Amino acid sequence: MDTLLEPLQYAFFQKGLFVASLSGALLGFIGVYIVLRGMSYIGHGLSHSIFGGFAAAQLFAANFYMLGAGLWGIASALAITSVTKRSRLGADAAIGVITTASFALGVALFAKFGTSGPSFENALFGSILGISPQQIAGLIAVSLLTGAFVFLRYRALLFSTFDPDVAAVSGVNVSRIEAILMVVLSLAILATLTVIGVTLVAAMLVIPAVIARMLTDSFGRMLTYSTIIGTLCGLTGMYLSYYAGVPSGTMIVLVGAALFVIVLAFTGSRGLRRSAGLDAHTDASALAPAAR
Amino acid sequence: MTGIGVGPELINLDHVVAGYTHHPVLTDVTFHVHEDQFTGIVGPSGAGKTTLLRLLLGTLKPMSGAIAKDPKVRMAYVPQLETVSWNFPITVSECVLMSRKSTKQLPWASKAEKASVGNVLERLGIAELAQRHIRELSGGQQQRMFLARALLRQPQIMLLDEPTSGVDVSTRHDVLHLLADLHEEGVAIVLTTHDLNGMAAHLPHLVCVNQGIVASGTPADVMTPDVLEQTFGARMEVLEHLGMRIVVDEGPHRSAMRETG
Repeated sequence: MDTLLEPLQYAFFQKGLFVASLSGALLGFIGVYIVLRGMSYIGHGLSHSIFGGFAAAQLFAANFYMLGAGLWGIASALAITSVTKRSRLGADAAIGVITTASFALGVALFAKFGTSGPSFENALFGSILGISPQQIAGLIAVSLLTGAFVFLRYRALLFSTFDPDVAAVSGVNVSRIEAILMVVLSLAILATLTVIGVTLVAAMLVIPAVIARMLTDSFGRMLTYSTIIGTLCGLTGMYLSYYAGVPSGTMIVLVGAALFVIVLAFTGSRGLRRSAGLDAHTDASALAPAAR
Repeated sequence: MTGIGVGPELINLDHVVAGYTHHPVLTDVTFHVHEDQFTGIVGPSGAGKTTLLRLLLGTLKPMSGAIAKDPKVRMAYVPQLETVSWNFPITVSECVLMSRKSTKQLPWASKAEKASVGNVLERLGIAELAQRHIRELSGGQQQRMFLARALLRQPQIMLLDEPTSGVDVSTRHDVLHLLADLHEEGVAIVLTTHDLNGMAAHLPHLVCVNQGIVASGTPADVMTPDVLEQTFGARMEVLEHLGMRIVVDEGPHRSAMRETG
């Protein structure tokens, strides 16, 4: 019990625990849609893309760098969607080109000009200690926005995730839903960037959702489980980060990975069967004319 | 009702050219869907059957030509079974509920909506499967679930892409009877099929497609060796049995024998 209570006497840890848990919950929640849409690679790419915006925005708009990075991320997300739909370039190729170029630009800018905001390593691997009250407020706002979006567009989101063609014929504006989802994803990544880190955000988008899928065949329960698992990863990862003296994002992801192995051991072939093909139902394939 | 379509027009395609990434798949297509239509679109793979369906659905914009459609027309679409991930975490009733017309966007369904789902599942004979995961269904049951989802919208036009592909003979008969019943109730039906004997021969009206419309009419009009050769690029023999056309693929050996006399 002392192990649990001792770090709580520090204000920075209380703040970190709240932020890590909320970040885990947010990524676990939105991750369900990302995983079921086969968009895991987009999550990975976007986090790298936002890093480029993060670096550039700190140079040109030091006081509003989060806003700049957010706009950069949203622009990247919409560019990927647009390029994939309008050209023959596959979604994975579009993500590879746009996001890695953005990441490389970020590294170059950091190397050339340095930064007055969060350090290069903190942005890459996450550090809760450096998080400001404004960033906490931003994380809460993005979490509420994400929850409201999913609540108010539940049917449209579910329908367009499962069967976009029929959803479009049934009155769902699939393009708009996809665009809003990309914007929400960009904001979620941005809000959790300094907690989890650029390189590890994608893992937290995927791991809780995959574990949840292994545990249930119900979409509603998958949403709930994934959010709870993300919260638990944030909570436990924060404690382990404190005692091990390693960046919070690293421990949060390692807890998620350990949980994945435990759930896999318990669910066995049933869990594997449930999670099979999560990457096969890709957004890109839905865009391509499969049949004539 | 004849099924050929003489009632008011619901969708008009006028000299339409359509395709993907600047490559036309269909050229100069003029096609009308009437209120009382029951049409099967037949043709080989890559002929443009699904493209024509997508034009009617409005999910594909034409490269040229005009499409006129009453925006208030209620449409329902039954896709091919392979187009979705059957491992998606939903039950049969959750899948059918997706197409509810409710203007409310709340996550949960109303009692009336749940009752409607129960009714369409009952009609399709899969009410006892309502709480099953969709992966646990057979091909025929999956097709019935898709039909139930389409029926929930109470459509005026139902468009189906290969509705009997991958289902057994019994389900094929059931699907045909259901579609005939819906047509009797006033639903216009347009479907694609590559199954000439099992499906196309039973329909009142056929459109043969191969990069454009080759022929259109009753099975007796279009299921002829010449039209089928023009459509499928291979010579086929057509027999008549109990007033129905039966197509026999001649195969390369018979074709060669016929050519050499």
